[in-house]
Amino acid sequence: MRPISRAAAIFGDPMNDPADSALATIPRVTTVRVVYLARLREALGCTSEGLAVATEAAPSVADVVAMLRGRGGAWSHELAAGRAVRVAVNQRLARAETPIGDGDEVAFFPPVTGG
Amino acid sequence: MTVRVQLADFDAGAEIARLRSGDRGVGAVASFVGTVRAENDAAQVDAMVLEHYPGMTEAVLDDLVASAKTRFDIRDALVIHRVGALAPGDQIVLVAVTSAHRDSAFDACRYLMDFLKTQAPFWKKERTPAGEHWVEARASDEAAAGRW
Repeated sequence: MRPISRAAAIFGDPMNDPADSALATIPRVTTVRVVYLARLREALGCTSEGLAVATEAAPSVADVVAMLRGRGGAWSHELAAGRAVRVAVNQRLARAETPIGDGDEVAFFPPVTGG
Repeated sequence: MTVRVQLADFDAGAEIARLRSGDRGVGAVASFVGTVRAENDAAQVDAMVLEHYPGMTEAVLDDLVASAKTRFDIRDALVIHRVGALAPGDQIVLVAVTSAHRDSAFDACRYLMDFLKTQAPFWKKERTPAGEHWVEARASDEAAAGRW
């Protein structure tokens, strides 16, 4: 996905005609590393990946989840609302509304079972 | 204050001796050792693999130990948690706390274990005669952490 810069939009990017949209609604792209652990890693068949998340407002964990759910199959099943999935941003426990930024590490994992 | 995540087994006696050595103010040591049971949820456990989230695990445990130090009148604390392949009878975790008097050591030791169980990113996968499966989190562990 190609980042749409503010300058490109102002100077007539066909996807974002400045005559039609305020600056605040110009999509931005946030690139994060997503990590999957334990049972989730196996269920999704993925250890980690880079993800470019396009949003109109300030991006949060919820935007990552929405994008992943959009893949369907195991992704929508495992990350469905109500599933016991924990998330961490930069290795700190986080929530759906936790903001994300470029270069952040977003990890999804099941409830912990150590000790 | 020491936190270690390691593949190797540990010697609880030696670790406790090191923890309290040189501190003449210690009058109490409380410790907890968690081990692998040969049976879980009525199924025979032949082996276990412990996975963790490197980096976050150590950060969570460091924060937990720091909060125990703030919350309880303790002298020092140690958490060692193993990862990798384990067998029934193997040691998994050691928590040890030193203090002047026993109440703080008992309380802090239990506090550390209760939060380790619900906060630290470790996951157990058991191998039983029916195959491999990830251990499910227990509501009773959440309740135990909730009492603090």
